[in-house]
Amino acid sequence: MSETETQKVCCKEDQGLDTAELAAELAAILARHADDPGALIAVLQETQRLAGYLPREALREIARARRTPLSHVYGVATFYSQFHLRPRGDRVVRICHGTACHVRGAPEVTRVVTEELGIKIGETTDDMAFTLESVACVGCCGLAPVMLVDGVTYGQLDVSETRRIASRLAEEAAIARGEAAPSAEDAE
Amino acid sequence: MSAHAPVEIAASGDTIAIRVCTGSGCAMNGSLAVADRFENAAEAAGLGNRIRVVRTGCHGLCERGPVVVVGETGIFYPVATEAMADAIIEHIASTGDLIVEEYLFRSPETGEPVAAYSDVPFNAAQRRVVLRNCGVIDPEDIDDALARGAYEGLRRVLHDFEPDALIEEMKASGLRGRGGAGFSTGQKWRFTRDAPGETKYVICNADEGDPGAFMDRSVIEGDPHSVLEGMTVAAYAIGATSGYVYVRAEYPLAVRRLRKAIEQARERGFLGQNVLGSGFSFDVRIKEGAGAFVCGEETALMASIEGERGMPRVRPPFPATSGLWGKPTCINNVETLANVSWIAAHGAEEYAAMGTGDSRGTKVFALTGKVRYSGLVEVPMGMTVRDLVFGIGGGCAEGHTVKAVQIGGPSGGCLPEHLMDTTIEYGTLAAVGAIVGSGGMVVVDEKTCMVDFARYFLSFTQDESCGKCVPCRIGTKRMLELVTDITEGRGEEGDIEKLERLARDVQRASLCGLGQTAPNPVLTTIRYFRDEYEEHIHDRTCRAGHCVELSRYVIDPELCKGCAVCKKHCPVGAIWGKVKEVHDISQDRCIKCGQCQESCPFDAISRV
Ligand SMILES: Cc1cc2nc3c(=O)[nH]c(=O)nc-3n(C[C@H](O)[C@H](O)[C@H](O)COP(=O)(O)O)c2cc1C
Ligand code: FES
Repeated sequence: MSETETQKVCCKEDQGLDTAELAAELAAILARHADDPGALIAVLQETQRLAGYLPREALREIARARRTPLSHVYGVATFYSQFHLRPRGDRVVRICHGTACHVRGAPEVTRVVTEELGIKIGETTDDMAFTLESVACVGCCGLAPVMLVDGVTYGQLDVSETRRIASRLAEEAAIARGEAAPSAEDAE
Repeated sequence: MSAHAPVEIAASGDTIAIRVCTGSGCAMNGSLAVADRFENAAEAAGLGNRIRVVRTGCHGLCERGPVVVVGETGIFYPVATEAMADAIIEHIASTGDLIVEEYLFRSPETGEPVAAYSDVPFNAAQRRVVLRNCGVIDPEDIDDALARGAYEGLRRVLHDFEPDALIEEMKASGLRGRGGAGFSTGQKWRFTRDAPGETKYVICNADEGDPGAFMDRSVIEGDPHSVLEGMTVAAYAIGATSGYVYVRAEYPLAVRRLRKAIEQARERGFLGQNVLGSGFSFDVRIKEGAGAFVCGEETALMASIEGERGMPRVRPPFPATSGLWGKPTCINNVETLANVSWIAAHGAEEYAAMGTGDSRGTKVFALTGKVRYSGLVEVPMGMTVRDLVFGIGGGCAEGHTVKAVQIGGPSGGCLPEHLMDTTIEYGTLAAVGAIVGSGGMVVVDEKTCMVDFARYFLSFTQDESCGKCVPCRIGTKRMLELVTDITEGRGEEGDIEKLERLARDVQRASLCGLGQTAPNPVLTTIRYFRDEYEEHIHDRTCRAGHCVELSRYVIDPELCKGCAVCKKHCPVGAIWGKVKEVHDISQDRCIKCGQCQESCPFDAISRV
C-alpha cells in the first residue's frame, strides 16, 4: 500500500470505527470458525461486514489466529472481487456491465458517470464520498441499462437521465463538503 | 383464444390470490411496495380475509415488471403501481370482478387487451417444468410448495427405488447437465456412486457467472424447494449424507430464501436425520461465493468451498472420484437439480417425451438485449431460435432488425440472422459454433458492433482468468489487445488470421473450460461477421456507429434548427454555424466526447 492509502485507512478508522470494539468482534468471528479449516472465506466475509473493508490489522490477526501465513490470507482476499483492502466511499455507485446492459448502452452510462464523479471504475474519490464499481448482471436485464446507487436501482437509463442522476450525486457530495450552496432545483 | 377474457366474477367465499412478483428484477422495480399496498387496500376494503397476497418468485416477463397476476384464471397486470393496487382492489370490492380493463396488457399488433397471463404471446409457447412453481408459490412458505407437489418426488424415490434403479431412471430420462457442459446426469451419478469411499458429497452449483443470465437465481428465489429436493434425490442415488449449495456472492435474496427453505425442510423431515422415516440422512449447508467467475468451474468451486483461492486443477481425477476434501463428489447445476425433482415425481418417460434426439426435456433461457420482451423463458428442447426470439420475445422493437443472437455467454457464440432456424439442441448449436450453455440468450440489432461485442466478452474472460495457466492468462490478454486495436482503429492486415491462430491455441492448451471456451465469441463473430472486422481494419469504419474512434458525429441538416446549443456545449470549439442556420462539426477538432449529441434538443446529431 502506498503512503497516501495507508493514511486514508487510518483516517477512516479514526472517524468512525472503534478499534477495541472491532477487535472484540473479530475475535468472536475467529472463535466461531476456529474448528473449521475451510472457513477462511467466511471469516473474511464476516470481517468485512464490520468495517466495510478488510483493514490490514484484521488480516494479520486472522492469519495469526488461524495459524496460517499472512501471504495465504492475502492471497485469498485478493483473489475474490468481493473483498476490499481499502475503505470504500460513503456511497457506492455500481454500473451493470452485464451483456444485456452492455448492448443497451452501459458504456455510455459509464462515460457520463465517470465524467460527473471524476473517477474511473474501481476508484474512490479523494474525499471518500464515492466509489464507482462495475458489476456483472444484477438480474434485471429487462430494465437495462441499470445502475445502482447504494440500494437504489435506476433502470432504462439514457445519457441525459444518467447525467441528471450523477450530477445530482456530485452536487450532494459538494454540499456535504460545504463547497456548494443547495441549487435552486433542490429548493423547489 | 379471445382477446377479451371472460369476466371473472369471484364467487363469494373463495379466496382470491394476488400474486406479486418479488424476484430481484421486480423487487428492484418497486414490487414490494405494491404487494404491501394490495394487502393494505384489501384490509381497508374489508376484503382482508378474502384476498391473499402471495409474494412470489419470477413470473418471467421481467420487462413489464412489477408483474401482478390475480385469481386462478391469472389476470395479468403489467407494470403494476401502488395506485393500480388501490384501483384494482376497489374494483373487486365494488363489483366482484377481477378485471380492470385499462390496466391490462395490450397486444402490440392489435392493441386489444389480453387478460390472462397465459394468453400473452410471451407465454403461449412456453413449457414450464423447471419453473413450474416460480411465480405461483410463496417461496418462503413450504406449505405453498407442498400444495403444488414439492417433495412428492423424493417420497416416491425413497419408497419405490433402490439407488441403482434410480440412477437407471435418471439415465433413461435423458437429462443432461444444464450448467454448461451437458454431461449425462445419470452417468455422473453412476460414477460417483461407484467411486470407493464412505463419505461422499453433493454440491449444487449456483454460482451462475454468465454476465447476462439469471435463470438459476430465479429458480432459487422462486422455488428453492425444487432444488433442495433434487439435491436430496441425488444424495440418495450416490450415497451422500451431506451437501453444499455454492451461491454467487451477488445473490443475497437467493441466499436468504434458500436458508429459510432449508430450515423449513428440516422441520418437516425432508432434510436431516432419517429423511421421511426412510433411514437415509442428508443435510445441506450454504456456501456464499466471494466474486470470481472461474469458481463456477467445478474444481475451482471445490477449492473455494475449502476456503482457498478458487483456481481450477487438472482433471482427472474427476470430482466423481476425488472432489471436495478429496472425497467423491457430485456437482450439479441448479436447473439440473430442479429437473431432477420433476423427474423424480413424474418419471423418466414423461420427461423424455419432451425434446428431441439427444436433447431431452426443457431449457430455461434468460432472453435479453434488444428484444421486445426480455425475461425468463422455458421451452422444450428442439424449438428453433427464431421461434424463441420472435414468437416468445417479440423480436426487436419497432424500426430495428435482429442482427444476431448470442447464446451461452462468454463461452458461447453468436448466431447470425440466417441461422436462426437452428434448433435448440446440444448438437445442432455446437455445429454452428454456439452452445446451449448456461442459458443466456442476448439479442442484438444493427446498433451493436460485432467486433466490439466480441471484445466485450473477451475483456470479461480476460479479467476473470485466474492466471494459473499460461495459455489462458496470456493468450486471452493478447487476443484482447488485438481486438481492442481493431475497434480503436489500429487494426492491421493479418490481424484476423493472427486472432484465429491464437484462438485455436488458447482453446487447445488451456487448463479449464474458461480458457478453452473464451475464444468462442471471437471465433463465431469472425466466422459470421468477418466483413465487419475487415471494414474496421481496412476502411476504418464501424457500421454500427459504435466504435468511437471509427465513427464521426454529424449534424442532420434536415433536423438542425440552428439553435446553437451544441456549439455552447462543445468543449473544444469544433462546432460552427450562425444562429438559425444549419451547424457543422469540424472533424479535425472533434474529440468525440458526445456532448453535442446529448445536448441537441432536436436529436439532429448522430454518430455514424
Ligand atoms: C469457467 C467456467 C464457469 C462455469 N460456471 C458455471 C456456473 O456458473 N454454473 C454452473 O452450474 N456450472 C458452471 N460451470 C460448469 C461446471 O464446471 C460443471 O460442469 C457443472 O456445474 C456441472 O453440473 P451439471 O452437470 O448439472 O451441468 C462452469 C464451467 C467453467 C469452465
Ligand atoms: S445485464 Fe445488467 S441487469 Fe442483467
